[in-house]
Amino acid sequence: MHSILKTSLAALVAAGVATTATADGHALSGELRIISDMSNPAPRAVMEKLAADFDAMHDDLTVDLTIVDREAWKTQIRNALGANPPDVVNWYAATRMSPYVDAGLFMDISDLWNEPEMAALASTKGAMTLDGKQWGVPYTYYQWGVYYRKDIFEELGLTEPATWDEEIANCQAIIDSGRKCYTIGSKFLWTAGGWFDYINSRTNGYDFHIQLANGEVEWTDPRVRETFANWRQLIDMGAFIDDHQSYSWQEAMPFMVDGEATAYLMGNFSVAAFRDGGLTDDQLDFYQFPTINPDVAPAEDAPTDTFHIASGAQNVAAAKAFLLYVTSPEVQSEINSGDALGQLPVNAEASVSDDKFIQEGFEMLSNNASGGIMQFFDRDFPAEMASVGMEGLQEFMVFPDNLDDILARLEEARQRIYQ
Amino acid sequence: MSSVTTNGARAQRGWYKRNEIAITPWLFLAPAMLFFAVYVIIPIGQSFWISFHQWDGLGEATWVGTANYERLLGIGEQNIDRKFSVSFWNNLKWLVLYLLAIPMGLFISLFLNQKVAGIRLYKSLFFFPFVISQVVVGLVFSWFYLPNNGLFDQIVGLVGIDIKGGMLGNPNTATYGIIAAGLWPQTAYCMILYLTGLNAVDPEQVEAARLDGAKGRKMLWYVILPQLKPATFIAFVVTIIGALRSFDLISVMTNGGPFGSTRVLSFYMFEESLSEFGFRMGYGAAIAVVLFFIMLFFIVYFLWSMYQDEKGGH
Repeated sequence: MHSILKTSLAALVAAGVATTATADGHALSGELRIISDMSNPAPRAVMEKLAADFDAMHDDLTVDLTIVDREAWKTQIRNALGANPPDVVNWYAATRMSPYVDAGLFMDISDLWNEPEMAALASTKGAMTLDGKQWGVPYTYYQWGVYYRKDIFEELGLTEPATWDEEIANCQAIIDSGRKCYTIGSKFLWTAGGWFDYINSRTNGYDFHIQLANGEVEWTDPRVRETFANWRQLIDMGAFIDDHQSYSWQEAMPFMVDGEATAYLMGNFSVAAFRDGGLTDDQLDFYQFPTINPDVAPAEDAPTDTFHIASGAQNVAAAKAFLLYVTSPEVQSEINSGDALGQLPVNAEASVSDDKFIQEGFEMLSNNASGGIMQFFDRDFPAEMASVGMEGLQEFMVFPDNLDDILARLEEARQRIYQ
Repeated sequence: MSSVTTNGARAQRGWYKRNEIAITPWLFLAPAMLFFAVYVIIPIGQSFWISFHQWDGLGEATWVGTANYERLLGIGEQNIDRKFSVSFWNNLKWLVLYLLAIPMGLFISLFLNQKVAGIRLYKSLFFFPFVISQVVVGLVFSWFYLPNNGLFDQIVGLVGIDIKGGMLGNPNTATYGIIAAGLWPQTAYCMILYLTGLNAVDPEQVEAARLDGAKGRKMLWYVILPQLKPATFIAFVVTIIGALRSFDLISVMTNGGPFGSTRVLSFYMFEESLSEFGFRMGYGAAIAVVLFFIMLFFIVYFLWSMYQDEKGGH
């Protein structure tokens, strides 16, 4: 009797949540306060439409949206979550969540993840999990990979490299033609983190990379040195543009647009900038980072942007309904389409934009990323390790001979940070 | 009515009336003292307090005693924090080289202290860099220093000098590049201080010195400069303070890089405590305390020398 009552109650509650999520949801009322960091023009329009649509769906609910500059939000989120917190905020997946999870500022929404609709998001669940619980939902992600000048490759008779040997051979041919293989702007450090993510995970595998991120492996480990040795092959060849420590990633872009460099290891957000720079889709193409060690499965960087509920949220029911709304297949298809965010939807049932780069990225991440999905150096590694680490990576790219000193420094930092 | 009050005034004046002379100055000082306490004195105490904790700015702070200082200064078996020592030496470079603004400002002001047509225009042109924001100065100079295309690189290229990585991309030259950018507005500031000082130079003394046969360097050193002492003192104070606050230029021009070689203490403090990858409040506060003592050294010197002046004046 008791248990029957319990189960039926549970069913009722579940049904209630489901209706609020999918349909008109009379139950939702009051005010839903959202602070978003989607401040760039296209994302801003997406966010404003999301808020307006959700508002229109619920008669008694008012959605109050505040949009904060994306860079400023990285430090403002602390104050925002502290006193009088909003209901829903934007943030990033993986270790980047941990300061707020540890401080109890994000709400545990594991119950939401048990909803049947969330099954379509299973592939992203790992990135939202800390301490065995889920702390938010993703709304978009994008692939990383090598964007290259197809016309120059054709001119030199090169094809997309699949292995490290082909990569080195290609690069040599490019250098012989008087160009650089890769452009990069490492002034703000993180671009070097992308190179490390790829070379390390291709050399030692995803599991090793994550162990390193979790502080379980020494930086002076011979496997780490192997990663740097592979990287150094490219550096010693002169594969990267000179003086990259003086450029931001945007300032490094003209080298590729002008044809002084042929490729760029970057996130898919760079495509818009390439097109603005005047490259057509006939000139610009994409390939997956080549295999280095054939024994490890390829892992890919695919940073995920997220929504979270603040633990001090006033309107939890509306906040949860909003999270379900954002992740639903229709909304996912809409906000990630080519003329909106132009990225990959997190819901497996959503349709993927027919943009060629998004299609290629989707294909790669679905079928050829069996090693695992990395969130990116500065999101997988804890903040302090990431900042010390990226500084060391930049120094290595300019002065590869300093490697011993750099690794000793990183190891010293590791021992202090993870204790 | 009024006669009543005057009658009783001597015998039973209010407490305030009786103590008016003693209290009024304090009343006038009270707002300033209150705000100085709330915004300066108490935060300094809080910084000291936080520096003995490990705190991420969100959760509970953990008492760690002097651990932050031990790590910073390398006491015990650990090495000195390399970022700290780099920042400290950069601070010293700033302090020494920034003082060049004083002689440079002096010579420009001597040059401009003449009566020719349009001198006001020239003066304002020389003063111009001080008026524009430090951020703009930083941006302009970082374009000036750009490798390959930058004007600076092309100029030194003419004499066959090639700085690897560009002025700001090379860890050996980057700090000097930023200091040079900072000297531009600071020189203008010192110049304006000396220009006002030169107005106050006593023409009779100059005349007398001239009759005695002083001219050129001797005139400057023995007659003009002693009279400019107050201006020199102020120029010294603002230049030292400017050197210790050299935050915005670094943030705009190199963001502390390449590989942290242009950090100074104030920038390192900001990075540790308030930047994107920061929020180690205890450690940041420990750096702030060290910076505070360095500043205190100068403040005590300034106060002491002002006190000496006052004494001499009376």
